[in-house]
Amino acid sequence: MDLRTTYMGLPLRSPIVVSASTLSQDPGKIVQMEDCGAGAVVLFSLFEEQIRAEMEFYESVMRSTSGVFAEAMDYFPDESEYNIGTEQYLEIIRKAKEQVEIPIIASLNGVTNEGWIEYARQMEQAGADGIEINIFYIPADTSLTGAEVEQRYVDIVKTVKNTVKIPIAVKLNPYFSAMGNMAKRLEEAGADALVLFNRFYQPNFNIDKMEVVFDLEYSHPNEIRLPLLWIAILRGQLNASLAATTGIQGAPEIIKYLLAGADVTMTASALYKHGIRYLQTMNRELKEWMDRFMFVSVREVQGLLSQQNIANPSAYERANYIKILEAQK
Amino acid sequence: MSTKPKVVTIDGNEAASYVAYRVNEVCAIYPITPSSPMAEFADEWTTKGITNIWGNIPEIVEMQSEGGAAGAVHGALQAGALTTTFTASQGLMLMLPNMYKIAGELTSAVIHVAARSLAAQALSIFGDHSDIMAARTTGFGLLASSSVQEAHDQALIAQAATLASRIPFIHFFDGFRTSHEVNKLTLLSDDQIRAMIDDKLVIAHRERGLSPDHPFIRGTAQNPDVYFQGRETVNSYYLETPGIVQDAMDKFAQLTGRTYHLFDYTGAPDAERVIILMGSGAETAMETADYLAEKGEKVGVIQVRLFRPFSIKHFLKALPTSVKKIAVLDRTKEPGSAGEPMYQDFATGLLDALQNGKIAQMPFLVGGRYGLSSKEFTPAMVKGIFDELAKDKPKNFFTIGIEDDVTHMNLTYDPSFTLDESKWTQALFFGLGADGTVGANKNSIKIIGENTPLYAQGFFVYDSKKSGSQTVSHLRFGPKPIRAPYLIGKADFIACHKFNFIEKSDILGAAKEGATLLLNSPFGPEEIWDKFPRLIQEALIQKKLRFFLIDATKVAQETGMGTMINTIMQTCFFALSGVLPREEAIAQIKKAIEKTYFKKGPAVIQKNFAAVDATLARLFEVKVPSQSTSKKEFPPIVSDKAPAFVKEVTAMMMAGRGDELPVSMLPVDGTYPSGTTKWEKRNIAEFIPSWEADTCIQCGNCSFVCPHSVIRAKFFHEGYLEGAPISFKSAPISARGFPETRYTLEIYAEDCTGCNLCVEACPAYDLKDRTRKAINMVEKPADLEKERANIAFFEGIPLNDRSQVDFSSVRGSQYLEPLFEFSGACAGCGETPYVRLLSQLFGDHLIVANATGCSSIYGGNQPTTPWTTNAEGRGPAWSNSLFEDNAEFGLGMRVSADKHAQMAQDLLRKLAPELNAELVDALLHQPQELESQLRKQRERVAALKVQLLKMENPLADHLLSVADSLVRRSVWLIGGDGWAYDIGSSGLDHVLASGRNVNVLVLDTEVYSNTGGQMSKATPTAATAKFAAAGKRVGKKDLALQAISYGNVYVAQVAMGANPQQTLLAIREAEAYDGPSLVLAYSHCIAHGIDMTKGMEQQDLAVASGYWPLLRYNPALRKAGRNPFVLDSPRPSIKLPEYAYKELRYKILTRTNPEEAKVLMELAQELVDQRWNTYEDMATWKAEAFSPIY
Repeated sequence: MDLRTTYMGLPLRSPIVVSASTLSQDPGKIVQMEDCGAGAVVLFSLFEEQIRAEMEFYESVMRSTSGVFAEAMDYFPDESEYNIGTEQYLEIIRKAKEQVEIPIIASLNGVTNEGWIEYARQMEQAGADGIEINIFYIPADTSLTGAEVEQRYVDIVKTVKNTVKIPIAVKLNPYFSAMGNMAKRLEEAGADALVLFNRFYQPNFNIDKMEVVFDLEYSHPNEIRLPLLWIAILRGQLNASLAATTGIQGAPEIIKYLLAGADVTMTASALYKHGIRYLQTMNRELKEWMDRFMFVSVREVQGLLSQQNIANPSAYERANYIKILEAQK
Repeated sequence: MSTKPKVVTIDGNEAASYVAYRVNEVCAIYPITPSSPMAEFADEWTTKGITNIWGNIPEIVEMQSEGGAAGAVHGALQAGALTTTFTASQGLMLMLPNMYKIAGELTSAVIHVAARSLAAQALSIFGDHSDIMAARTTGFGLLASSSVQEAHDQALIAQAATLASRIPFIHFFDGFRTSHEVNKLTLLSDDQIRAMIDDKLVIAHRERGLSPDHPFIRGTAQNPDVYFQGRETVNSYYLETPGIVQDAMDKFAQLTGRTYHLFDYTGAPDAERVIILMGSGAETAMETADYLAEKGEKVGVIQVRLFRPFSIKHFLKALPTSVKKIAVLDRTKEPGSAGEPMYQDFATGLLDALQNGKIAQMPFLVGGRYGLSSKEFTPAMVKGIFDELAKDKPKNFFTIGIEDDVTHMNLTYDPSFTLDESKWTQALFFGLGADGTVGANKNSIKIIGENTPLYAQGFFVYDSKKSGSQTVSHLRFGPKPIRAPYLIGKADFIACHKFNFIEKSDILGAAKEGATLLLNSPFGPEEIWDKFPRLIQEALIQKKLRFFLIDATKVAQETGMGTMINTIMQTCFFALSGVLPREEAIAQIKKAIEKTYFKKGPAVIQKNFAAVDATLARLFEVKVPSQSTSKKEFPPIVSDKAPAFVKEVTAMMMAGRGDELPVSMLPVDGTYPSGTTKWEKRNIAEFIPSWEADTCIQCGNCSFVCPHSVIRAKFFHEGYLEGAPISFKSAPISARGFPETRYTLEIYAEDCTGCNLCVEACPAYDLKDRTRKAINMVEKPADLEKERANIAFFEGIPLNDRSQVDFSSVRGSQYLEPLFEFSGACAGCGETPYVRLLSQLFGDHLIVANATGCSSIYGGNQPTTPWTTNAEGRGPAWSNSLFEDNAEFGLGMRVSADKHAQMAQDLLRKLAPELNAELVDALLHQPQELESQLRKQRERVAALKVQLLKMENPLADHLLSVADSLVRRSVWLIGGDGWAYDIGSSGLDHVLASGRNVNVLVLDTEVYSNTGGQMSKATPTAATAKFAAAGKRVGKKDLALQAISYGNVYVAQVAMGANPQQTLLAIREAEAYDGPSLVLAYSHCIAHGIDMTKGMEQQDLAVASGYWPLLRYNPALRKAGRNPFVLDSPRPSIKLPEYAYKELRYKILTRTNPEEAKVLMELAQELVDQRWNTYEDMATWKAEAFSPIY
């Protein structure tokens, strides 16, 4: 049974990839992920503002505690003595690269142009096989037009692409007026892969305390439909790889995404829920399913139900919607 | 040696520690200023895996006190390890008993000492030889270093000599001069160090150690038959030691080219007048003697390196035969002696030489004192002494550098005398503590000293406050080694990094003619002139100064540097000072930036480069007008309303002119008036709180947490508002039953540090604007006339009657006048709110014993002190004895108060027939628990005094002298965790066990905060601290449980940021309990590495995580048959990391050793969980499960 696939130009032994999560903060767990059959690991995201905030915090503490009064010239070791900023992240890339053979994809969530450039360069130098750029941007400024927002995405991709030689993937949200065109533009800007989709952590309210609550919920299998739609539509229309994320709790969702046309499928929720060893289960169940339908290679599965490959392509468009509504009657 | 010697710029502490570390196997350490950095360096090197010359990493062990360190040193030596320690002052005093043993047993060891004053009429952290001289009878050799290079070199010479002689040594140098002076020095290579240390001697030392494989007994007890002879057995060792030391010096000279002698002479070969001294002052004296000798004066100086064992033979070799008069200078005072120690040794030695024909005649010998507590010792003073020696009959037992207008012992001298200073560029920098000025200057010294052939020296002077302090950096640069261990008197370059310094003080007083002034100013070249006070304008004109202006704050903001102006000001210095050619200077700065920020990446480097370039573009030279136009004078130091002592004495110290105060102006016994901070008006905050009367719910939380007592509340009848300034705010009181009553919260703007804790504590939001509270930070107005008028009006409103105030609520307690105010503690200090609360609750009958540490410094450091009095003149009586003895000191106060109370009661009974019977009965039997009852007792005492004054019975006089003791005293022992958990632990334990009515307040910051954050036994698991850089593995001592185990001790654990009401309740219960009480108060601290504006929030998180459970153990409940243990905090709602990882002390380890951080955090969580379970369990026990009490 051949589970091999190619993602952003990188050959993978399995289409099941660990998506960006805190699980990869521990190099030991990355080794475990490889042992359990992950095709690749996307590291947890490096958030530029977090790095900057941390550096500012350190700087401000150091400044306010150094040279204040005669008896205590300082309280903490010089900043150069420990790893603040990106160093710890880069160290994880280095350690992971030393310890595993599967590709290690760094994840970058930038804010400023300099941040995207500098951190992407550092990730490449540390040995990352690819970079997933995670554009988490809520255009809360009501004067911004859709075109401006789109251009911002394109510019970021171009900037990073011009900075590094390793492949880049773009993890983006689905809220574009013309998602297909946007995907095309991102590919033209240099994206080697698109990761569909980013889940925004949307706020909730606590009505007892009258407070905004930021809590985290794992993705649910019924969330796969939107990415499934777009992967199925985009399959065959782009050269860039397609990664499916969101809603994967087991092999069924993986299979669906592959059928839609995903080159890889990504999950962290399933691993949070069942443990890293669940990668073995998912790989096994994928194989069992393929066996049942006598597929010998994942490549045969990928895109079988994409818009281009099904008998009735309009199933993905307006007609399909009408059909559903009709069925409700 | 073939390799080029390494040149570095470091201070004396690092220089000495560098060698000590390399030639020892064990260091037992304990922090004490100014020697702490030696131990810190050693600890840091261990963490980094740096080895000694034998390739092993020395064992560092932090002890609970210097006494403990000395014991550990003694033990390690007895077991054969090469062992050292570092200390100063009181620390050395605690080592004395062991030092006699170590010397008596002829044990090779070197103790490195940054010599410091001993606490006498007052504590002083500064340098002199009092501590060394107190140790001179121990049998240790005393080897003195005068410079940073010497401190490095002689650390090695001492080690070589001790191994060869078996006599232990104190190697010392001047604290807060050599210890903290940064200078360029040539570093000893490990090969050179190895060549000095004879391994055979090391092995011999080891073999003298105790071993069960070849056992012997050492440390026996002897009887009158042999003790004396035994004591004399060491004589030959002492006799040989001077020669051994000189041999080591000679060998050192061969290896390094640097020559030292036991006594080194410099000056005219035919000198007739000679000064003898040791330590850094010798450098000054020698430079001066050479200068004067060149001008033809027959003067010279002998620098003493080996003071003990004293060798007159070596001395006479150094002394020119032409000498007729000698002045021996001691940097110590031995009251009541026939002369100071070194003078006495020389007098004895010379007399002996005369009697034995070694000298033909006795020179005229005088002794003098200089430089106590780092008092400046300048070339002018040296010249003054030489001039005195030129007189027929020079004064003996003189002092120099002060005016003694009482016993007239001081010499007069011409302070304008200087050496040729043109060989140096001298620069002065006025900065604000924590603005990066000191760091930038150290960096400049490194850049110039280590990357160019120039020599560099730096010394940094701080004022005595921990918040908003002024720093003055004294930097010299020149082509030759800089031997000038004194402050800069005339500068070529003056930089003022904070604009308002130039408005307040004469910072140009030290400017040379033609010097350069660099000013960081928000005002541009066009407007700046009119902003200057008259004296500044005149100095600029008369001294023909070049004047440069930069708005560093703006450049920093515009180049993304935030509030960091240090790189900008440093760039200006490099560009203007001419120390290096401008291009080279800028290139060097950029090189240094690249090195410093390498790890932070190119963006940070580029940002700094951009700041450098922007600085050069925005640095303007301002043409100085030819006429002064300003009518503005410097503001008065203190208000006209201040008492005479404050105006005449305190204000001089505040103005930095304390050196000018003559002896007669100072109290003879260290007794000073209380409450002087109120006259200081430091105006250090840029943002201050502003009260919104309409939004306020009058809860009192803001003033409850205020560390500086700058928020005061009063309620008053609305009639008092008549004549109020328009800007005076008030609101109807939000309480029932108080008609026509107003409430005002007054902010003392000039005393505020801008810490923001009040805003954080405020629970009341503006309903229309959720971003605003009832108290908000606003920019402090430039003109504070309105604020002053409001405060004056507020102070005119009567204080709320203490008997009418609800002491039991936070809100009520804040109507009580604080008798601890405007201290110099850090902005946002976590300790002072507790201290202030004590003063509010019990201030007028409070006696405080304060352990040395932060609380004794912000509580008692001159010039101004915060413990104050109420309108009746009553207030806390405060004293600090030492660090280690505070519990005993406080107990003594209790015993004394009790004794006097008992005496008063006895006398009352005896005199009863002559007194009003009802009064006597009431005085003896009425309760004094409530404020109203205390007040009545005071009235009764006043009535008693009236009667006593009329009586002729001599017993009446005695009763008068103790009558005040009939009012109950509230005795509090205050100190930090360094005291309570470590150095004072056994005393505290004993005092708690005494059963006496003392109250202990432990301000627990979980480290030695005052000396820079060293680990104590209160430091928690997983946190880092100095001496625990790898993270603390052992759990924090549970002092609460220890005390509870006695049964009769009231114990509380509080955190006002989590539950102010519980804090108030616990402190009141502790005081009310007639027995020992212990209150452990969580005190956030800058040493935790937190955003200090969120200090109270951190306290809340500490409690929420279960790390700091709030509890009360009240023996009175046990007695009443109830469970005395009450857990006041709810079950943990967050995990430990959620609290801990907001603090740098925990976070650092995740950056240096993430794996270890994880392991330790898990362990810490387990400890928290377990402790919580234990407490929760205890809270359910029956009374009988706790210790029964008497």
